[in-house]
Amino acid sequence: MTLLAFDWAFTVEKAILIAVIISISLVVAMYATYAERKVAGFIQDRRGPNRAGPFGLLQPLADGLKLFFKEEVIPTHSNKFLFILGPSLAMFTAMMTSAVIPWGGKVELGGRMVDLQVADINIGILYIFGVVSLGVYGMMIGGWASNNKFSLMAALRGASQAISYELAMGLSLIALLMLTGSLSLRTITDQQIQGNWWNIVYQPLGFLLFFICSLAECNRAPFDLPEAESELNMGYHQEYSSMKLGFFLFAEYINMFISCTVIATLFLGGYDMPFVDESQLSGVTALLVGLLALFGKTFLLIFIFMWVRWTLPRFRYDQLMNLGWKGLIPLALLNMVITGAVVLFTMK
Amino acid sequence: MGITQLLFWLLTTLTLGSALMVIFSKNPVYSILWLIITFFAISGHYVLLNAQFLAIVNIIVYAGAIMVLFLFVVMLMNLNMPSSPLKNKWLMFAGVISGGSLLLVLVAALKDTEAMRNGILMQTGDIGLIHNLGKVLFKDYILPFEISSVLFLSAMIGAVVIGKKA
Amino acid sequence: MESLTQRAKPVDRRPMNWLEKIYLWEIFKGMSITLKHFFKKKVTIQYPEQTRPFSPVFRGLHILNRDEEGRERCTACGLCAVACPAEAITMEAAERLPGEEDLYREEKYAARYEINMLRCIFCGLCEEACPKDAIYLSETFAPANYSRKSFIYAKDDLLIPDPVTNPEEYAKAKGLIDKKKNLKS
Repeated sequence: MTLLAFDWAFTVEKAILIAVIISISLVVAMYATYAERKVAGFIQDRRGPNRAGPFGLLQPLADGLKLFFKEEVIPTHSNKFLFILGPSLAMFTAMMTSAVIPWGGKVELGGRMVDLQVADINIGILYIFGVVSLGVYGMMIGGWASNNKFSLMAALRGASQAISYELAMGLSLIALLMLTGSLSLRTITDQQIQGNWWNIVYQPLGFLLFFICSLAECNRAPFDLPEAESELNMGYHQEYSSMKLGFFLFAEYINMFISCTVIATLFLGGYDMPFVDESQLSGVTALLVGLLALFGKTFLLIFIFMWVRWTLPRFRYDQLMNLGWKGLIPLALLNMVITGAVVLFTMK
Repeated sequence: MGITQLLFWLLTTLTLGSALMVIFSKNPVYSILWLIITFFAISGHYVLLNAQFLAIVNIIVYAGAIMVLFLFVVMLMNLNMPSSPLKNKWLMFAGVISGGSLLLVLVAALKDTEAMRNGILMQTGDIGLIHNLGKVLFKDYILPFEISSVLFLSAMIGAVVIGKKA
Repeated sequence: MESLTQRAKPVDRRPMNWLEKIYLWEIFKGMSITLKHFFKKKVTIQYPEQTRPFSPVFRGLHILNRDEEGRERCTACGLCAVACPAEAITMEAAERLPGEEDLYREEKYAARYEINMLRCIFCGLCEEACPKDAIYLSETFAPANYSRKSFIYAKDDLLIPDPVTNPEEYAKAKGLIDKKKNLKS
């Protein structure tokens, strides 16, 4: 029975961790929709949703319930299997990214070293890029299977946007990787905790580029062309209704949460609480402080995402492509060259 | 049978099965989706060989980028055109012969490779890890590596020139 | 061309300088503006709980007035119906019978008095035309409803509460009328 010869406790631990992370991302995404509407309201001198429950806190539940009770429409002549596969893929890829994020340090719980990271693979960042590049499929398959020209156009628009900005995103990260010398997110975080400064100090331009590219990757304004409701006839989810539409929208909010966590981990020290020396705290306290720090940073970034959305108007498509190819990629290359030179001269 | 071997057989079946489905699918979009699954299965093999970098790069480059372009093209094609069956019997015959000879060449070439003789080392060896791979690429194979990048650059410039002309 | 008001701002059409061309600084400026609005006082009026104060000259739903003893003032002279530009008012007159003196002030009264609130344009001409102080426009507006029929308001819907049986409601409604009267005089 060699089949059963693996560490069961390990498996159970990871399974629990995965379940917890997924439910946390779902809840965060749910309340991100609420926060989005609140932020939108506040920026426009309104109050945002405040009727469902105290301060409107039950609004996301009401929205979800509404989506569940909507009629499911599958257009005639659409490809039924692919039509359902589209949103499922979107959701699946959104969930998958969280596997390599270190949510906290290692902690001793019940005689076991529990690692708050599902998988510490030595190519962590590349894994994220891989999953992000797969995120295009949900969009494309959904758009094509709808059997609607406008959906297809939007899917093409979205896919080419995602591919274009992935390049700039990767290039902006290479400079950071030159400094850290590792692709593992755990190592990068540890370096920031032990070093004096977070990576944003060494890589301000890289941070900015990465931030802009993640806005584009998450289809957030000002780059939300794949789902421009008013001027571009909505987006790839035009034909979707009910919870399938909900999946697309929800996947986007999960993506936003995860990409904010990734930015926090890469550039803002991950679970490093500023001005606190984690090594002096006891295991569980350090863990809680770390979680607090990581989530604080993430929520701040989510707020900035929303703030940007309700401030900037949408780019035109040619402007978007110009910015991506002629603006961000040369800047990322410049950043790379400068970082390379500095690394070369300082690390004799 | 260990878990690794079980995974190996599973992945192999998946790879071959989905590769066959690429050919047998009537709908080109399905073909591409099967091809993507094939790439995933191959990436799984890389992981079994402890070559995580190759696995993920395979996914990023092939499944994530090239297949998206394939999908672009197929989705913009008019799929409603009735596909004409191969009329020319001789063409079919020629196809079978050329395919068969390609298979023959491949088998002959792979028969005597090192891996075939020694057997593949599962989960051992760390040549596929990013550190070692980088060292090998930038020390032992620096010239071919740079030449291939120049090739890519020229291809890119060529594409831009053609695009500007149109 | 001379501007009509002094508020017109000329559009700045200078070419963008370098700082404006890279957009980033301008984006930060814009974001600081939106952040300022984030902390501003909200202008929303929470409708069912709070209501916007009406102006005293607001013209809302009609009220048929009574005198101090609770008798209807309307004599069904029809002047309001004639004055109405939207032809929203319909009435039928009837003669007061003996024993009804505590119901109607004059010998003639309106047996049926209907205003179609869908036709009414709330111009207030009926109020101006009435010689008997019988009709006033109040500060409420017609609530939404599902049927057209329900927007035809009959006498029961229009009459002010009786000062004898329901003095509180009457005083409330009356207060509005008095306010209006003071404003006119």
